[in-house]
Amino acid sequence: MVEQGIGARLTRKEDDRLMRGRGQYVADIRLAGMQDVAFLRSPIAHGRIRGIAVPPQYKNAVFTSADLVGVKPIRAVSSLPGFKASEQPVLATGKVRQVGELVAMCVAPTRAEAEDIAASLTLDIEELPAVHDMLAARAPDSPLVHEHWGDNIFLETFADVDITKAFDAPIKVTRELRTSRQAMCPMEGRAVVAAWDSRLEQLTVYTAAQMPHINRNGLSECLSLDQAAVRVVSPDVGGGFGYKGILLPEEICLSWLAMKRGHPVRWIEDRREHLTASANCREHHYVITAYADRDGRLRGIDCEAHVDSGAYSSYPFSACLEAAQVVSILPGPYDFEAYRCRTFAVATNKCPILPYRGVARTGVCFAMEVMLDAIAREVGMEPHEVRLKNLVRPEQMPFDNITKKHFDSGDYPQALRRTVAAIGLPEIRERQKRGETDGRLIGFGLAVYCEQGSHGTAVYAGWGVPMIPGHEQATARLTPDGGLELRVGVHSHGQSLETTLAQVAHEILGVDTAKVRVVLGDTALTPYSTGTWGSRCAVMAGGAVASACREIAERAKQIGAKLLQADPASVSFRDGRVVSASGDVGIADITRTWYLRPQDLPGDVNRGGLEATIGYKPPVDSGTFSYAAHATLVAVDPELGDVEILDYVIVEDGGKLINPMIVDGQIYGGYAQGIGTALYEEMPFDSAGQPLASTFADYLLPGPTEVPAPRLDHMEVLAPYTLFGQKGIGEGGCIAPPAAITNAVNDALKGLGAELYVSPITPRRVLEAIAAAKAKQAERAGVAA
Amino acid sequence: MKPARFDYQRPRELGAALALLAGENVTAKALAGGQSLGPLLNMRLVQPELVVDITAIPEMIRVEESADHLVLGACITHADIEDGRVPDVTNGAMRDVAAGIAYRAVRNRGTIGGSLTSADPSADWVSALAALGAEVILRGRTGTRTLPVEDYVVGALETSLGAGELLEAVRVPRLSKPTRWAYVKKCRKTGEFAHAIGAVLVDPERNIRRAVIGATESRPIVLADARELFGGGPDISTPGAFDAHMADRILLNAGMGDPIDRQIHVVTLRRAVAQALQ
Repeated sequence: MVEQGIGARLTRKEDDRLMRGRGQYVADIRLAGMQDVAFLRSPIAHGRIRGIAVPPQYKNAVFTSADLVGVKPIRAVSSLPGFKASEQPVLATGKVRQVGELVAMCVAPTRAEAEDIAASLTLDIEELPAVHDMLAARAPDSPLVHEHWGDNIFLETFADVDITKAFDAPIKVTRELRTSRQAMCPMEGRAVVAAWDSRLEQLTVYTAAQMPHINRNGLSECLSLDQAAVRVVSPDVGGGFGYKGILLPEEICLSWLAMKRGHPVRWIEDRREHLTASANCREHHYVITAYADRDGRLRGIDCEAHVDSGAYSSYPFSACLEAAQVVSILPGPYDFEAYRCRTFAVATNKCPILPYRGVARTGVCFAMEVMLDAIAREVGMEPHEVRLKNLVRPEQMPFDNITKKHFDSGDYPQALRRTVAAIGLPEIRERQKRGETDGRLIGFGLAVYCEQGSHGTAVYAGWGVPMIPGHEQATARLTPDGGLELRVGVHSHGQSLETTLAQVAHEILGVDTAKVRVVLGDTALTPYSTGTWGSRCAVMAGGAVASACREIAERAKQIGAKLLQADPASVSFRDGRVVSASGDVGIADITRTWYLRPQDLPGDVNRGGLEATIGYKPPVDSGTFSYAAHATLVAVDPELGDVEILDYVIVEDGGKLINPMIVDGQIYGGYAQGIGTALYEEMPFDSAGQPLASTFADYLLPGPTEVPAPRLDHMEVLAPYTLFGQKGIGEGGCIAPPAAITNAVNDALKGLGAELYVSPITPRRVLEAIAAAKAKQAERAGVAA
Repeated sequence: MKPARFDYQRPRELGAALALLAGENVTAKALAGGQSLGPLLNMRLVQPELVVDITAIPEMIRVEESADHLVLGACITHADIEDGRVPDVTNGAMRDVAAGIAYRAVRNRGTIGGSLTSADPSADWVSALAALGAEVILRGRTGTRTLPVEDYVVGALETSLGAGELLEAVRVPRLSKPTRWAYVKKCRKTGEFAHAIGAVLVDPERNIRRAVIGATESRPIVLADARELFGGGPDISTPGAFDAHMADRILLNAGMGDPIDRQIHVVTLRRAVAQALQ
């Protein structure tokens, strides 16, 4: 038999369905009598609604906030001190605070007709001054997004560890850095079908969601329904990345409408809604001073950071997640003694910022790694030499860093050395001296990051957001034919859990993975879970499945011992068989006997049966720390500003890899998104807060030709606190590329004196940086003359 | 988004199409490959009452080759040209341009006439056909008229097509064998609309030296005599003589105020010159 357990490069079970187009997504669902919804959305960033005129023929097909009696606004409150709560109305009440905010819901037999109705409405709206820039939003005379706050600050956080100790450092480097606002772009947008079942007195919401149980929490809260009266089904999901971990006002609207009208209704997000009204993420601003000794040793980091959190605190992660995390994770995998960081989560008249794969880490890694290269240039050392002076060392593990992050394991210097060796730095330096025949400039860039994943109860209780993970549960159930059903509350939308969880079960029970069915995405069929987020499924759901399977194995052993007429204490469970000194019996015989031939069992058999739901969390649940070093070689065209990736190396440590092929896939996908952040993706706004990219002609995503194959190398330093030594790696691929590519561009341009500190690195930004450097040199020459 | 309601007709005769498009009480739009009109309809940026599909009309898919010219019906697709399903009189220039348009899915349906009539300044045919010295044949209910491509596209998304008129075909002159040609476009990613286009045609036998700067905010800048970019001498033979300052001045005079925009257009043209004359 082909190796199927933990560590096997097993082909994905779900591909037979997905690659043949046999998956079923929300938009594929057809229910009898279903009608379509289109929304009238706010055309402006900030305004006061004076009235909505509905043509008389449509008055039964249009709903506004006045109709949604009893429906509560979305509130995602953090318990962090000073957090100001926002109330996100399901349909706008009085004020609108962002372009695309829902104003009215229109229902018709088809989407086109629903859009006709939306187009027939007349919105009388008084435009208010809007603030779309997070730094401007802090000015005392700024327009206020939520007037009663008195300012535009969701949350301010602060940490200071001996910063004054760094002030005498001989090297002091200050930079202002910015990461642009992006939109997460899963292939499938959000989608909702809602139906009321009058027999079950139950609302069923089919929604493209990563965290169906959390959606159920939010829906029952906003609609004041018993949890049991709400069933959330998330079928096949075409990518999530965080966007589908959010409770949307559209889900609440559709649920209310299904109950109001008694027939199923659906809303399928279109790309314009997705880009301009919802899926925004990533916008950070930093001013950082790094203190160092002349040998590259980091003495301290002093940072003020802003995160543009948009108009509302989204459910369940809240508006605190990004900015508050910046304080705790900015130091990354570096060991230094002085640190100060102040962050502001700022409200603006833009969409709420949502957690995108990597969440705050992508911005933090960009800021920290670009600073380290600035230090390297300042002290005249190679970038990896500076990092090797400062990276946490393997002998320090487990290591509590300056912000009390508990690094569980790892050998960061080794990852870095292997990366630098693989890319061939000496050859790159030689080639730079020779120059390129085509006039381009080549550059070498590095980035190292750590990815805290699968962080558990204490970490999230600290944030105090409406979703705190506890024990992750799984149900394992052997079927009469010897097959296995696994029911888990996390969901799979690219993570390949139908395969990896089957591998975990195979490791314990020996059941052929072809006979393991993984049930996901339905609150009626799966145990409660906070769902899929934070690189947690391999550790948490993997641990839960293993725990449930171990329980089943123990029970099977008891039954098997009876069949073997042996003492249960004297038998063992091996490779799917219960073995005694005199014989053995397979799982299929045990299940057949338990379910179909109970007369063959004595009366004193264990009554637990062959089904178990077990909870799991690691004994230390502060999270696994996976990490990687990325290195790249780029060529920059100094005349046109184009950047080409010539080579890219990733050395990562995900601990024990349950399926190395699937880990490779996760890294490839993240890397492609990282290239998007580094070079292409940006949601621009005009001075009135209008988003300017409403199609993929304006919002650029990298395609296959922009994503050259990276070279991967794995380290497997086992995590000490997880069941098999596995670590969460789901997000890592996208964290480092913006930093590594920016560093490479700056290395390429250093001869011109140009540096870039804004992602994405567009041709225009490259040419502007070169022009600014030239102007500066000319000015200096002028002064010298 | 979904389009607003419209009626759809697919006439098989040119006269019928012209009659539908000239209808008194109806706003009508001609549909060829739908690669521009489709998204515009979906986003409700255009809301015609009638869409006239012109792809079943024989004149619109005709191909006529003569000693001096190739005439391509307006509904010949980019893929027809890329794959060599129609003759070539440009020493392969049009095949290369066609192969670089957007993505294959767009090329399968998008048409040469539709691209010109959509008149996006960044579209390939708008600049490439102007550089090749091609003409358009416009058909109205009272007859036909012929215009150089650069006079057909009068601005961004704007042509000189009259009410009730259709672009029927494109006429491309045959290049002589020793013709030198280059077409360079700058995109941020494969398949994206261009941010700058430079095209150069030097056909000594026909005494033609043309250069085009495209993907501007408006119609392409066509230099019918490109010698002005080379110091105005009797001929242009070496790329080194290219006068970047002159090119920059031409762009400035055309209203391109942003220096970075000018830089990428000048560099792109200079690279086209280098390719053509190398």
